[in-house]
Amino acid sequence: MSSFRLRPFSHWLLALFLTFTAVGQVAAQDAATVSKEGVTPGATAGAAPAAAAGGAAPAGDAAAISAGDALFKGNCAQCHAINDVVVGPALAGIDQRRPLPWLIKWIQNSSKMVASGDEYAVKIFNEYQKQQMPSFALSDEEVTSIIAYIKAESSKPATAAVGGDDRGAEGKPSGEVAEGSAAGAGKYVNVVLIVLIVVLIVLVVTLVIIANIMRDVLRGRKDLDGRDVEMIDQKTDWMAILKSGWFKGIVGTLFVLVVLYESIQGLMAIGLQQGYQPSQPIAFSHKLHAGEHQINCAYCHTSVYKSKSANIPSANICMNCHSQIKTTSPEIKKIYRAIQRNQPIQWVRVHNLPDLAYFNHSQHTQVGGIECQTCHGPIQNMDVVYQYSALTMGWCINCHRETPLNTKGNGYYDNLVKLHDKANAGAPFTVSSNGGTECSKCHY
Amino acid sequence: MQESPKYWKGIEELENSPEFLHNALSEFGTLPVKESHPSTDDTVAPRRDFLKLMGFGLAAATLASCEAPVRKAIPYLNKPEEVDPGIANFYASTYFNGQDYNSVLIKTREGRPIKVEGNPESPVTRGGLSARGQASLLNLYDQARLQSFAINGKPADKDQVDQEIRTKLAGVTGRIAIVSPTIISPTTKRVIAEFAGRYANTEHVMYDAVSQSGLLRANGGVVPGYDFSKAAVIVSLAADFLGTWVSPVEYASQYIVNRKVSSSKKTMSRHFQFEPNMSLTGANADVRVAVKPSEIGKVALALYNGIVGGGAASSYRNAQLTKAINELKAAGNRALVVSGSNDVAVQTLVTAINAALGNTGTTINPAAPSYVRQGDDARMARLVADMKAGQVGAVIFYHANPAYDHPLAADVKQALQNKNLLSISFNEKMDETTSLCQYQCPDHNWMESWNDFEPRRGALSLSQPVITPLFKTRQAQESLLVWAGNPNTYYNYLRNNWRGVLGGNFQAGWDKAVHDGVAAGTLSPAPATQIAPVISADQAAGEIAAAKPGSGIELALYEKVGVGNGSHANNPWLQELPDPVSKATWGNYVSVSRAMAKEQEWEQGDVIRVTANGKSVELPVLIQPGQAQGSVGIAIGYGREKAGKVGDKVGSNAYPLAQLRNGAIVYNVPVTLEKTDASQPIAQTQTHHTIMDRKPVVQEATLAQYIKDSKSVTEYDKISTPEGLEKPNKVSLWQDYEYKNHHWAMAIDLNSCIGCGSCVLGCQVENNIPVVGKQEVINRREMHWLRIDRYYSSDTHKDSFETEGKLATYALMEDPSDNPQVIFQPMLCQHCNHAPCETVCPVLATTHSTEGLNQMTYNRCVGTRYCANNCPYKVRRFNWFSYYSNEKFETVNGHMFTDLGRMVLNPDVTVRARGVIEKCSFCVQRIQLGKLEAKKQKRRPVDGEVVTACAQSCPTQAIVFGDLKDPNSRVSQIWRREDGERGFKVLDAINTQPNITYLTKIRNTDVSNFFAPEAEHAAKAEPHNA
Repeated sequence: MSSFRLRPFSHWLLALFLTFTAVGQVAAQDAATVSKEGVTPGATAGAAPAAAAGGAAPAGDAAAISAGDALFKGNCAQCHAINDVVVGPALAGIDQRRPLPWLIKWIQNSSKMVASGDEYAVKIFNEYQKQQMPSFALSDEEVTSIIAYIKAESSKPATAAVGGDDRGAEGKPSGEVAEGSAAGAGKYVNVVLIVLIVVLIVLVVTLVIIANIMRDVLRGRKDLDGRDVEMIDQKTDWMAILKSGWFKGIVGTLFVLVVLYESIQGLMAIGLQQGYQPSQPIAFSHKLHAGEHQINCAYCHTSVYKSKSANIPSANICMNCHSQIKTTSPEIKKIYRAIQRNQPIQWVRVHNLPDLAYFNHSQHTQVGGIECQTCHGPIQNMDVVYQYSALTMGWCINCHRETPLNTKGNGYYDNLVKLHDKANAGAPFTVSSNGGTECSKCHY
Repeated sequence: MQESPKYWKGIEELENSPEFLHNALSEFGTLPVKESHPSTDDTVAPRRDFLKLMGFGLAAATLASCEAPVRKAIPYLNKPEEVDPGIANFYASTYFNGQDYNSVLIKTREGRPIKVEGNPESPVTRGGLSARGQASLLNLYDQARLQSFAINGKPADKDQVDQEIRTKLAGVTGRIAIVSPTIISPTTKRVIAEFAGRYANTEHVMYDAVSQSGLLRANGGVVPGYDFSKAAVIVSLAADFLGTWVSPVEYASQYIVNRKVSSSKKTMSRHFQFEPNMSLTGANADVRVAVKPSEIGKVALALYNGIVGGGAASSYRNAQLTKAINELKAAGNRALVVSGSNDVAVQTLVTAINAALGNTGTTINPAAPSYVRQGDDARMARLVADMKAGQVGAVIFYHANPAYDHPLAADVKQALQNKNLLSISFNEKMDETTSLCQYQCPDHNWMESWNDFEPRRGALSLSQPVITPLFKTRQAQESLLVWAGNPNTYYNYLRNNWRGVLGGNFQAGWDKAVHDGVAAGTLSPAPATQIAPVISADQAAGEIAAAKPGSGIELALYEKVGVGNGSHANNPWLQELPDPVSKATWGNYVSVSRAMAKEQEWEQGDVIRVTANGKSVELPVLIQPGQAQGSVGIAIGYGREKAGKVGDKVGSNAYPLAQLRNGAIVYNVPVTLEKTDASQPIAQTQTHHTIMDRKPVVQEATLAQYIKDSKSVTEYDKISTPEGLEKPNKVSLWQDYEYKNHHWAMAIDLNSCIGCGSCVLGCQVENNIPVVGKQEVINRREMHWLRIDRYYSSDTHKDSFETEGKLATYALMEDPSDNPQVIFQPMLCQHCNHAPCETVCPVLATTHSTEGLNQMTYNRCVGTRYCANNCPYKVRRFNWFSYYSNEKFETVNGHMFTDLGRMVLNPDVTVRARGVIEKCSFCVQRIQLGKLEAKKQKRRPVDGEVVTACAQSCPTQAIVFGDLKDPNSRVSQIWRREDGERGFKVLDAINTQPNITYLTKIRNTDVSNFFAPEAEHAAKAEPHNA
């Protein structure tokens, strides 16, 4: 009978425990999503060759088209679309309009052709506000593959008119799918947990109801003795619980723990700027440029694949497009003013590493093959850029411990991979197993 | 048996002075307990205050962190195509300021020069670079530079200055003189000629602060095209050709060709040096004989008599000289005699000796004479006299500073007081001469200018601007063109002048020349086919024989490897570069022999007054082993009045002690010495870092021994184990590291190291090492990561134990050698595989990497200095101060205080904060960069791609750096080849297993104590090594 007597309290305790667990879970879940969402390759991953478009093309061309796709997005898409006039003309059917050798010459050096007085070239040049198309150091094969890609794109069925939108629409879900799969395991666990919590709550409610019913049933019975009646009619004395020593003890301990936890967290966060989102002198939107227009990151951040610095774009890069596009926007006019006054634009730095830490973009992008979003977050969705990652040493080290090295096809690592595999069969060859967590890799 | 000379690091060690003993026992000397920031107070900070401050600091940090400072990211407005932030660009250029010529590559980051490196394409300097060339970078960012044109020191508009000068030049009465040091730019000379065409009475007078006019006069106006690489026997008469004489970088790279040995090449050149001061070259000689300055002529005469014969009899006798004569004769046309004397008679004899030996065409290339010295003392002296007499209407100083660096400086100053003399200066700074001029028209720094150079006939080079002019200056050539009424820019002028030399497509040839920095061809007039000697050899011999032998004490003025003729005096890097031999920084001194100091009862630091021809300087005494008896030495280049904050009043000016005699500057004069009551400490880095005993540290052997058995030249330490004597690394407490990827290591050839200090400066520039100033050097807190230890030897050896008895031998070993052997040993962090520092760090701030590096993590260091205490090599440095913000260092380390100066810092290397230890990192930033480049190109790094700054700057390739995991790398080849022969680890017995292998020095001497003058001594020892 004693167990029966304790039941109301055990219910309460269970409920309390469950609530705490649930809250903890939600918090952990938040952290998990934050740290994992970034790993998704975003929609702007122009550098990675996109999936071969159009099954209609013969299998032999598929590679050329896929290469052309990447090249097109990397070099041409800023000014050209297949079916729309952007800065330059729409390119659908270009292979029928002009012969291939002409196109190769044009792409490699358009100003030379204009200067040479080529009739069509001059016509195009005049038609598009005498805006010169930059020269591209592309080989003949590369130009051919771009043309093959354009051909494949423009020969797409009647829906071609909405092709651009279509692609955009496709891009997003595919990004989300990738997101889901990356964070999949975590979400699955969460769902199970939520279901369990719901089941437990139902269980608790059911038990309370059963207890009440049983109490009512017992009340209806007349054959109970005094002790039993007393037990049935007993009320929980809440005041007594509140005043009891053990309750005060628990609450006090919890309070101290929470305060301690918060102050440690607060101290650890000194100097941390995660989420820092300063307003910039010009309302430049990455969402618009990188997200909607899918401009390759490296188009503006020119040295991100070759230097330690990704390079904040200079005004002349803006002018590549904005000498034509949205010239009346007040924000764009700020750029014009800067150029007129010969005063560079003073952006506010969002990502500030301490001086004692050395970081090299090209090491991560070019060699490591890491997407920008891994550290910078869903930049293609940011109207105003904020600091997505913590940029703490722990954050760096953690990634170096977990991330397998991108050794494929890199002659530098060949022998190292062999040695590693021989020594630790199965264990991934991570950055840290190649010495990537040593002090002087980042501090000197 | 292995000769094991006893080495001592300096006089202090020899004498076991109390100071030395005190310093030898403690790594850091007296701790600066009372030293705190001068602005706070000078009381001792008690522990409670410390805690209070800690608490306050924490609170302040918390408050401060509530609002992070807004940092700006400012991109280019219009990004230059070739500039990418974060990527260094290298531009070929040329550095020459009238002293040493260097073809260089300038490393720039985001458009600002941050390092100068040797240009390997150059046939003249072959990738070498002098310490001065390295340091010249800082002159660009010197606060003392004139920032605009000025009239009488007041800033003025360029156009106004131009107009006034043109008017005055047109109306000038009397000559117009352009005074400059040696100019080796053919196009600049054309500009001057054009100017002279416009103003007909113009005269261009060149003079060198350290004159070689005697040499020039004896050789038809040029320096002969010496090629030390072809010489088997070299005799130098007081010519410091490895350190300061004419073109040291060029000569050092040639010299070392025949000095390197390996088991497959067991030959070496023989180098005799006769000199009064112990110079860098003398320190490297196989045979060095100390002679009084006035006897150099007699040595030359004796050589002449021995080789050519027929001259008047010489009074000089020396066994080593006889030997030198015999060896020169035996070597025939593979010999070379050079002399640093400015006496035309001596130089005439030297020329005659070389001619008699048949050196023309072998060690002297008649088709490629050197142009780097062209100064004419007689013309300059005449000009000064004319100026004083009022016969000169206008004078233009083109980088010349005769009011400081000429013996007639007082006359120059007086002449410039004359208001009727139009005086114009192109000098970059408001120096002694410029400040007396009416018009200051500062030239661009060489890094901001276009120019061409022809250091040697047929070898052209270019300099190109690598930064936009920082100030409102104008290139001097352009100023001359403007005044001559030529509207052309100097760049166009230069290009036009080059049209003749670059055949074929001019633009392509020009682009290549600018890219490479060098080009073949000549722009100079053809040399005279028949050189008419100024005086005949007989005349010269007679003159020298007739000269009265010097009586009393003689002074030999000399140039220092760092500060040189003084034009670089405001460069703190050079001021703090220890002299290779005396290891003194910040100032000059009177170097005296030990015997003289004893006799006169002088102690080091006692200030004495040196008087010559009525002028005197007061300087402290430095006891210099090897100083010739009866002579003292003083360096010129110090005691500047108007060099700038750093260089002013450092040392005393010794130029006035030089004399003009027969139209030539004489740097050797009789002096009287007189002790004053004052005393002045000399900031030497010498005895700061005592390394236990010497023998396991430096090793040397003779060539004879090396030829006989190359495995016997190095002594290896063995330790006792139960199995008998074993190599120290057979027994170890620690586990060995396994290196899979790279294993960075170094090999330092003590045979190739000439001690020039280029590596020390290369390291300093690359790694943002602060300058600490004289007092801190005296406090033994200099910060150089790489130092060059210099060891002197003693005459007595352990093989006298049996004959003399142990105690007596030890006593004799303590006895100083008057003329010691010298060894240079670059000492830097050895990156031990079993590093004693790593095991004692309580916070793991110093750890070992998987690539063999001993890493130092500044942000972890809490400054216990346990590591420095435990380091057997004493290569760790502690930051006692915030050298970049503590006003105490604003004068000497000023470049870290201003935005202008900070442009020189390497952005890839942290500027260390106060309270942390720092040390050589093996230039980890360069290693990381080299690896990254290889990874980007999906390949392994190639040997030679990753080079430390010291290895890069070494003009003799004594330092080789590379990856031991690459079996074909030079360093692993050397390690393998020399293991058991010349390769040894410093302090091998303590089993630190360093990643640096030193190679035993081999001397080309018959006996190891070759300096002993007595012939019978040599005879006694000869069979021993035969």
